[in-house]
Formats: sequence, structure tokens, C-alpha cells
Amino acid sequence: MAVALILVLVVVGSILFHILSPWWWSPIASNWNYIDHTLVITFWITGIVFAAVVLFMAYCVFRFRHREGVKADYNPENKKLEWWLTIVTAVGVAAMLAPGLYVWSQFITVPDDATEVEVVAQQWQWSYRLPGEDGRLGKSDSRLVSYENPLGIDPDDPNGQDDVVIEAADLHLPQDKPVKMLLRSIDVLHDFYVPEFRAKMDMVPGMITYFWFTPTRTGTFEVLCAELCGTGHSYMRGFVVVDTDEDYEAWLEGQSTFAQLSAPSTLGSADGVEP
Amino acid sequence: MVDATPHAEQGVPPAEVPELELYHPKSWWTTYVFSQDAKVIAIQYSGTAIAIGLVALVLSWLMRLQLGFPGTFDFITPEAYYQFMTMHGMIMVIYLLTALFLGGFGNYLIPLMVGARDMVFPYVNMLSYWIYLLAVLVLVVSFFAPGGPTGAGWTLYPPQAILSGTPGGQSAGIILMLVSLILFIIGFTMGGLNYVVTVIQGRTRGMTLMRMPLTVWGIFTATVMALLAFPALFVACVMMLFDRLLGTSFFMPALVEMGQQLSYGGGSPILFQHLFWFFGHPEVYIVALPAFGIVSDLISTHARKNIFGYRMMVWAIVIIGALSFIVWAHHMYVSGMHPWFGFFFATTTLIIAVPTAIKVYNWVLTLWRGDIHLTVPMLFALAFIVTFVNGGLTGLFLGNVVVDVPLSDTMFVVAHFHMVMGVAPILVVFGALYHWYPKITGRMLNEGMGQFHFWVTFIGAYAIFFPMHYVGLVGVPRRYPELGDAAFVTDSVHTLNAFITVAALIVGFAQMVFLFNLLWSLRYGREAGGNPWRATSLEWQTPTTPPPHGNWGDERPVVYRWAYDYSVPGAQQDFIAQNDPGPQRAGVRPA
Ligand code: HEM
Ligand SMILES: [Cu+2]
Ligand SMILES: [Cu+2]
Repeated sequence: MAVALILVLVVVGSILFHILSPWWWSPIASNWNYIDHTLVITFWITGIVFAAVVLFMAYCVFRFRHREGVKADYNPENKKLEWWLTIVTAVGVAAMLAPGLYVWSQFITVPDDATEVEVVAQQWQWSYRLPGEDGRLGKSDSRLVSYENPLGIDPDDPNGQDDVVIEAADLHLPQDKPVKMLLRSIDVLHDFYVPEFRAKMDMVPGMITYFWFTPTRTGTFEVLCAELCGTGHSYMRGFVVVDTDEDYEAWLEGQSTFAQLSAPSTLGSADGVEP
Repeated sequence: MVDATPHAEQGVPPAEVPELELYHPKSWWTTYVFSQDAKVIAIQYSGTAIAIGLVALVLSWLMRLQLGFPGTFDFITPEAYYQFMTMHGMIMVIYLLTALFLGGFGNYLIPLMVGARDMVFPYVNMLSYWIYLLAVLVLVVSFFAPGGPTGAGWTLYPPQAILSGTPGGQSAGIILMLVSLILFIIGFTMGGLNYVVTVIQGRTRGMTLMRMPLTVWGIFTATVMALLAFPALFVACVMMLFDRLLGTSFFMPALVEMGQQLSYGGGSPILFQHLFWFFGHPEVYIVALPAFGIVSDLISTHARKNIFGYRMMVWAIVIIGALSFIVWAHHMYVSGMHPWFGFFFATTTLIIAVPTAIKVYNWVLTLWRGDIHLTVPMLFALAFIVTFVNGGLTGLFLGNVVVDVPLSDTMFVVAHFHMVMGVAPILVVFGALYHWYPKITGRMLNEGMGQFHFWVTFIGAYAIFFPMHYVGLVGVPRRYPELGDAAFVTDSVHTLNAFITVAALIVGFAQMVFLFNLLWSLRYGREAGGNPWRATSLEWQTPTTPPPHGNWGDERPVVYRWAYDYSVPGAQQDFIAQNDPGPQRAGVRPA
């Protein structure tokens, strides 16, 4: 009796907690509300299954608890029932997987008009690089990293000269323009994560990873690191500011290019660069 | 395997001492310490696993104290937090659960349940335990090494695992961790081969594969999986050890650490992740399948009803075991591997949900029209279903690639895996201990303490981990000793964290009651007799309880039926033991 009741309470409590508790995701600030929708579908399907299974159990415990003189049934299997349940489950699973894969294909298909923005992670700070006037990022290599060239930009690549370098400061992005975030790390694994954008991706030394999104509202959003990167992991914070076009242009004016930063003292010097 | 009635084989000279003389140990040392009796080895394995598991439990309290009341405990620095976290995770998964299910329950139950006298290679079995103990000791030593244990996370991802920004990375911590894992795998392999060969070769007459209790099926399949999965971890550990000590670059690309160019170059951190998860995902099922098997038997016995759909249950175990080798990269959706892999691994992962769901249906359908005795083992079995279903369902979020993107590496993941591979299997461990303790010791565990332990553990663990999903949904990343100020984290999240911590401490306290019960009942428990649960499987039919070395006295049992003849119509009793030749054969039943 008590056991059945508590099982029912577990279900009711979980559902009430889900509905009433104040803990839910932060308001979205990107185009990925598809992800939120898929998540909500998944909540519904799984919630129903959870309630059904546990309530069924509660009923059994209540109805078939031991009573003197009552014997259990003897029925080893029931092919029909087992197949039915298998098919219903398979359909439910497909109902979650199909939208999931569909949205995933969008997630990994970067639109042609997306601008590239590079994020460079190191223990334990974020830096950024924008492609500059020519719209192209210059080559980079972590072997070129030095005190003067903290992002390891290749000084011999002309595309890199006009790249805008934002070292250990906030990134600004214009609203409603798709961006392809190119992610690079010069030391260990990190993960660029802004909860409001819903997207995240690891950064792996030795390779460039990416994801894309479109910021959909202005504001200041916190950047977190979501892949353990050493003792400073939880302090590895930064901000992304989503601006209107005018504000963005104004901010961009104030930034320096790689050429400006390296001129005149260090350009061409091999300081600290081990070939 | 020594048969009780030895005759000299043709061409083999008769032994000078009768073989039985050789078989049975002669001294205290060989009976209780360097024992080759699987049952003693099982108890040694379990005792060691529980002891080191207690360390992991205490570490979880320290972590929870820090998360619930950040800034209050000065000694929990980020370094210390990461060390606690890494050791907690590693101990719980490998040194507690794997060792307990396979080395503990496997050793005790396999020979008894299949009607064997012992494991087929008793000497190797003994070595298996001692190497496991050595692995545990090396792990313990790392706590006291200069620089402390590694804080790289239980996943040990390079490059950070062997660099100075991580605790233990450039000191002894990571080396001892890798050495300990290598030892564990060597020890496990010795035991594992034993369990597999014993099931294949050591079954008694009449014990066909399709008559084996599901407990044996679960442990057997998990062991086969472990034998296939652990080598991936083994090579990963050796390669990382080389990277760390010899300067190779298996997992190390060119990188700059704190402004210093290191001499590594050309290696792949993602290669390590593939190796780790090729082991790591099957590992989840290595812990889960024995739990599946055991819980099936608990439910059937205490509901006095055959397990529903036995054949489907066996196939589900085998299919889950096989499929779990092609889903590993669902842990790597946001690792930077090629995004097309996402389609494949999301599909395989969700397919695995189907046989898993079938198992759940069959458990609850076993309850239907049963004669449910709400004993303590049964309560734990019911709680297992609740937590396993809960944790399994959140797996559908994380397996469904795009839904995983916002959730991965948040507290949602921590909540999910604790529910499904922490709480659920541990509940089965408890249920199993209440169930088999009378066979092991001859006495029942105290019922009152058992009820208390059950309710606090079940409700408490649910209160810890259910709300934790929502902390992750808010966006709180895992492996954060401290949240600091962040706009998306409201004050109420901190309140929730404090609540979770209090629940964790209460649950921890209840485990002390359980330990006390284990010791108290040894002396004061009610006498159990040989078959207190009136169960059908062979371990309950031993001539003496606890079973002696060799298990069966003069003659091994002969098996006439499957392990689930409960409430057979027409039978005088509501169970018929597997070795009962009686005429009452029920209708449909797998042969
Ligand atoms: C009441 C019991 C338990 C409590 C309160 C607890 C608490 C915790 C906490 C606070 C963390 C760190 C979360 C983070 O900061 O990311 C953690 C991590 C972990 N726990 Fe537990 N835990 C418990 C039982 C278990 C069990 C039974 C297992 C067995 C599977 C387990 C396996 C792990 C693993 C694998 C990690 C991940 C470590 C890592 O991130 O490297 N825990 N646990
Ligand atoms: Cu990090
Ligand atoms: Cu997995």
C-alpha cells in the first residue's frame, strides 16, 4: 500500500517539479530554437513513458501484493504482446530521432553567407580574430605562438595582415548575421559555450573545429568553458556582445589589426619562434 | 575443475595423494587469505571494493559541500576539487562497480548457479584478486604522492592530463593512475577468462545455456564485453604513459603551454577519446548488464512468478552487449570529430533503446498477476526500475545528437549518468546483498535497518539527482567547483545546490547504517536456513549453508528445468527447484 503510494508520489512529484520549478533554460538568443523544440518533444515522449511505467508498477504492487492463498499466474511469454511493445517503442524512438537528425543536418550545414570568426582558447582565456577587410583569415600555427604573436598568426600570409585581433577581451557580433565560429586551441581541450546560443563545440589543439549560428537579439552573454582544461577551467570566462549594426561598426573601428599590433618592432623577428 | 570422484585417467599414473587431498586447502592462510575458493575470492573482492568505494563516497560529500556552500571550505581548492572528482568517478566506475559485479558477484554466483564446484582456473582466479588489490593500493598511494592524485577527470583526456595546468599532470599522480589502471586490467583479464570459461565449460549436467538464470547471463555477457573493451583502455594507458614519460606524441599535437613551446607534435587528442570511449561506453553496460540479470532474478523470486519473456530477456542482453560496441562516439558529439559521425552514432544509440525498453517491460510485466512479497530485495528491485527508467530516458536526450549539443558537459549529463549507472546499479547491489547475504553467512540481514536503509537511499538519491538535471538545463557546466556570478544562474540555483548537498549527506549517512547491519547481522541476524526465499536456482539448493569449498558435497546437482518455475499450476509448493526431477513439468517453457 505505502509502497504503491510512494511510487505514485514519485511520478506526481517529478511532474510537478518539472512544471512548477523555476529552473529552465535561459531565454534563447540564437536561431537554434529548433533544438529547443526537439528537446521539448523529447521531454513529452520520455515523460509519458516514465509516468506510464512507474504508475503501472505502482498498480501492480497495489493489486498483486502478497495475500494468503493467492497464487501468481504462470505465463512464461506472450509473443504477441512482446512484439507489440517492441513496435510501439521503435515508433516512439523514431519520432524523436527523425527531427533530431533533421536539425543536426542544419546544425552542420553552414550557410554560404556566414562570416568567419575565429575563437582561440588557451589556459585560461579567450581571444578572437576577425578576418578584416579582405574577408579572409590568414594562416595560423601554434608553433608560431610567441609573446608578440599570441595567436600564432603566420606573418608571411598576406591574408593575415588585416585580421582583427582581440586578445583576452570581449567579442562583439552583429545581430541577425550568421557567423561560422572557427575554434582553435593552442594548448589543451576547451569548449566554447554560450548557454543562450545553445550551441557549443570542443576546441582541440592541432585542428580547427567549427559551429555556426545567427545571433537573434542584442545583449551581453557570458562565455563559459565546457571542457575540463585544468585548474582554471571554471574561471575561464568571457563575454560576447551582440550589437546592432551601428554599435558593431563603432566597436570594430576601435580594434587593431595584426599588422598594426606587430609593427614596427617585431615584424619579421624570429623571437621565440622555434621552427 | 576437480571432480569429486577422481579416477586415474588412462595412461596417467595415480596421484600419490588422493586428489581431493590436494584440492582442499590445508592451512589457515590458504583457506582465508591466499584462497583459491571462488567464494572466498568473491568476499575478498567485495570487501576491497566496498572499502575503496567508501573513499569515493566521502569524496562525493566533499565535492557536494563545495558545490552547495561555495567559499565555506578553504581546503577545497579547485585543484583539490578536481582531484576528488577524478578519484570519485574512477573509483566508483572501475574499482567499485566493475570489481564488485564481476569479481564479487561473478565469483560467488557463477559456480554456484551453474552447478560447478569452483571456477575452472582457481589459481589464476586467486591471482586476479591480488593484482586487483595491488591496483587499488597503487591508487591509494597516489593520494599521498607529492602533488597528489591526478585531477584530469575520470576521462583522463590528454593533453591536459599530462600537463602542469592539471593537478598531478607533471607529478606522480597521472603516472600512478595509469599504472593502477593497467594493473586492474591485467587482474581483471585473469578473472574474466575464468568467468567466461566456467560458464561455457563448467556447467553441470542438464544446465543448458537457456536454463541459466539471467544473473549468469548478465555477468557472462558483461565479462565477454569487458574482455573486448578493456584492451582499448589498456593501450590508451600505455600510450599516454609513453607520451608522459618517454616524450612520444601519440595524443600530443604541437602545443604551447603557458607561453612555452613544448616538443610534442603530430599526435591526436581525439584518438585518445575514441580509445577511451570504445572502452567507456561498453563499460556502462559492463556495470548495467549484471545489474539487469540480478534484478530479473530478484523480481522473479520475490514476485513468485517466472520472469516474463525469458528468451527475449536473454536475447536483449546479448543484443545490447553487441550494439554497445558501436555507439561509443555519442560521448563525442561536440568533440570536434567529423560531424557526419553524428548521424551514425545517434541512430545506433537510439536503436539500443529498443532492447533496453523490452527489458523494462518484461520486468514490470513480471509483476503483473504476481504474488508480490515486498521484501527488502524486492523494494530495491522496484527502486532500480524507477531510477533506471528515469536515467535511461534522459539518455534519449543525450543520445539524440542535436539535443545533446546544449546539454553535453552540463550538470544534466552528471545527473543522467548518476541515475542510470550510479544509483540504479548500486540499488541492485544492495538488493543483491540483502538477497544473498543469508547464503553467504547463514543469517538474514536485519529487516528494520534494511527498510530504513532502503527508503532513505531511494528517496534521497532521487532527490539528489532528479533536480540536478534542471541545474544542467539552466546551463551550469559540469566540473565547475564554483559557479561564480553568471547572469543565467539565479540565486535559486544556489538554493537548489544546497538542497542537493543536504540530501547527499543524508544518503551517505544511511550507508553507514547498512554497513553496521552487515556486521551486526553476522552475529545477531536471524538464522536463515538454506533457502529462506524459497528460490529455485541452484545456489539455494546446496547441501550446507554457507556452501563449503567444492560447493556440493559428494555429488554435483543435476538440472531438470529452467530457473523460473514459480507458482507452477498443480505443484504443491509455489516453487520447483532447478534440480528437482519431479513430475510436475509445466507447459510452455524454454527447454
Ligand atoms: C550519493 C552518491 C553520489 C554523489 C553525491 C555523487 C556526487 C558527484 C559529484 C558532485 C560529482 C562531480 C560533478 C561535477 O562537478 O562535474 C560526481 C562525479 C562523478 N560521479 Fe558521482 N556521486 C555519487 C555516486 C556515484 C556513483 C555510485 C557513481 C558510479 C557510477 C558515480 C560516478 C561518478 C562519475 C563517473 C563522475 C564524473 C567524474 C568526472 O567528471 O571526471 N558517482 N559525483
Ligand atoms: Cu575549460
Ligand atoms: Cu555511452
